Amino acid sequence: MIRILRQIFRTGIVTNQTPQFDDPKIKVVGINLDDSVKKRFRRSLSVREVDAGSCNGCELEIHAINNPVYDCERFGIHFTASPRFADVLLVTGPVSKNMEVALRRTYDAVASPKIVIAVGDCGCNGGIFGETYASLGGIDKVIPVNIYIPGCPPTPADILNGFYKIFLAVKNPVMI
Amino acid sequence: MKKLAHALKSAFGEDAKADVNSNPVTLTVPVERFAEAAKTLKDGSAFLCAEWATDDTESGRGFCVYACLREGGEYLIVKAEMSSEAAGPEFPSLVTHFVPAYRFERQIRSLMGIIPRGHPDGRPWIKFEDWPEDAWPLRKSFDASKAMTCSEGQYLWLEAEGEGVYEIAVGPVHAGIIEPGHFRFQAVGETIINLEERLGYVHKGIEKRFESMTWETAVKLAGRVSGDTTVAHSTAYSMALESMTHCHVPERAQWLRALFIERERIANHLGDIGAICNDAAFAFMLYQCSRLKEAMMATNHRLFGHRFMMDRVIPGGVTVDISVDAKKEILSELDFLDENFNMLVRIYEESSSLEDRVRSTGILTSKLARELCVVGIVARASGLDVDCRVHNTFPPYDSIGVNVPALTAGDVHARVWVRVFEIRESMRLLRRILKTIPSGSLFAHCNAVLPDTTGFAAVEGWRGEIIYWIKSGQQGEINRCMVRDPSSVNWLALEQAIKGNIVPDFPICNKSFNQSYSGHDL
Ligand code: SF4
Repeated sequence: MIRILRQIFRTGIVTNQTPQFDDPKIKVVGINLDDSVKKRFRRSLSVREVDAGSCNGCELEIHAINNPVYDCERFGIHFTASPRFADVLLVTGPVSKNMEVALRRTYDAVASPKIVIAVGDCGCNGGIFGETYASLGGIDKVIPVNIYIPGCPPTPADILNGFYKIFLAVKNPVMI
Repeated sequence: MKKLAHALKSAFGEDAKADVNSNPVTLTVPVERFAEAAKTLKDGSAFLCAEWATDDTESGRGFCVYACLREGGEYLIVKAEMSSEAAGPEFPSLVTHFVPAYRFERQIRSLMGIIPRGHPDGRPWIKFEDWPEDAWPLRKSFDASKAMTCSEGQYLWLEAEGEGVYEIAVGPVHAGIIEPGHFRFQAVGETIINLEERLGYVHKGIEKRFESMTWETAVKLAGRVSGDTTVAHSTAYSMALESMTHCHVPERAQWLRALFIERERIANHLGDIGAICNDAAFAFMLYQCSRLKEAMMATNHRLFGHRFMMDRVIPGGVTVDISVDAKKEILSELDFLDENFNMLVRIYEESSSLEDRVRSTGILTSKLARELCVVGIVARASGLDVDCRVHNTFPPYDSIGVNVPALTAGDVHARVWVRVFEIRESMRLLRRILKTIPSGSLFAHCNAVLPDTTGFAAVEGWRGEIIYWIKSGQQGEINRCMVRDPSSVNWLALEQAIKGNIVPDFPICNKSFNQSYSGHDL
């Protein structure tokens, strides 16, 4: 036990203090949040991640925003196990033919109002996998998308920037 | 002649014809003797690495089926041609001789429309039951650019009956941030009596996609077969192409590839150790390990321009060099990693509550491991001494030498410990590489690909052996690219290792295997 404590103290706080937030790469469409939503999302955003067919590169970077350096929970971004509890669906793709139904069902299971973020070049437009018999292309081919975060894969900072757009959209920038 | 080739030659005589231009040695046997050939090789203690098919109907021939086998450092491909006249192409199944053929052949049947005669399981694999019956995407006549019209369908699950037996269905969308797949457990009380996996959810048509790309651009796709193994996959693809075009990669480029591969190995192993401990509610390790992993990712980004070093390996060489300063930076990072990692390993060893969860959980016995022909970390934790860096060695591994751990317990702890050992070994390799990396250029041009040739490579990624087999068509274009990620064989082992364990131990078992869905589903 003493060793664990010593290692914790030795490590200290490694969280990156200054992510750079306003990223022009990231495209936002159609978020129009009414007052109740502003209240609901303030500093508390439950996210359900769905891999709709990615190569798992994007998943690694989504993991990384949870690591101590990026620590997304300090902004109130919290990953949840059930779509029922989620405000946001964070989807990586392309949407594979075999995941189409599961993605739709997950989307339907999220209570309204909901926001969908497409992560990665594949999530934005199908990326290198394109549109084929097995890949339907970007996430918006199957469910409506509000925020697009390009990159292959986008860096953890890019992904946090994407989230920041939600906070901006509610005109209450709580990220400091 | 090497052992396997010799065994087959002496058993089959004139019936086993050697293909002169192919690498590795490829012996063509009459299709009705295909299973018999596999049996002969199994008696020579061969492992089955992969089984796949090609469609040569465009060039006036029929379909071909291939099996790649390995014994020690020798790879051998057995090939059988099916006549183009036959109405429904068939070949004798290898399932009775090699267990992994079970899924390879279901896949061949589903995606190529060739029947493995004698295979006990007619259900589709990767192809879902709602696809049109005659959608065989790997056939040349299949138009991959068109969307499929799907209908309703029902997958026939294995069922268990009896008093107190119940079922738990999980997925495809899981609770964590992981890839999709479906697991169905049959349990009695807490004990799992059977697990059935159903994969294929992230099938993106990668093998077919290769056929629409050029040799140069396809390396990008290879680097995205499984994102966490991007370096090893692009290296394997590149080496297969280089073997096909007899390209001599400059030495410095080869050493840099090894540097990238070992960095990828350390980073992923660190992530896994943290995640496994986290599944035993030891979150401290997760945060500590992910901090070390993040440090490596950031260094990659700074020095090589990409956090995972995607697209840094290309056919003929690499695209980035390493400067003197960068070397220093990596060396000092290694010291930092070393110090912290050793402390974490000590803490791991001293935590008896953790030990309680990882020891004797999810045992894959050596016997099963051998039967299932598993590879990589899973194999090395279950007493199999396999590592391409040693048995299929290539520069710089041949001159540096690699120490391979061999544990026999086959439980979660052994799979953690293999990773601990490998992290340390990779750190040693990195130091050696940095110290003695030869100077020279980074890239050599590959010759144009000749029509109707094949290439092959096997590279040890962090999960295990990755195999690429490529074939050119009449115009020298990509005619077929067979990808065999370690996951394609290792997934079967998880099903076996979990039997008799309790349901709450599944996550930790699964993490200790940590196989790729994308690499399997393609
Ligand atoms: S965007 Fe890149 S990293 Fe993400 S899923 Fe697609 S290929 Fe993989």
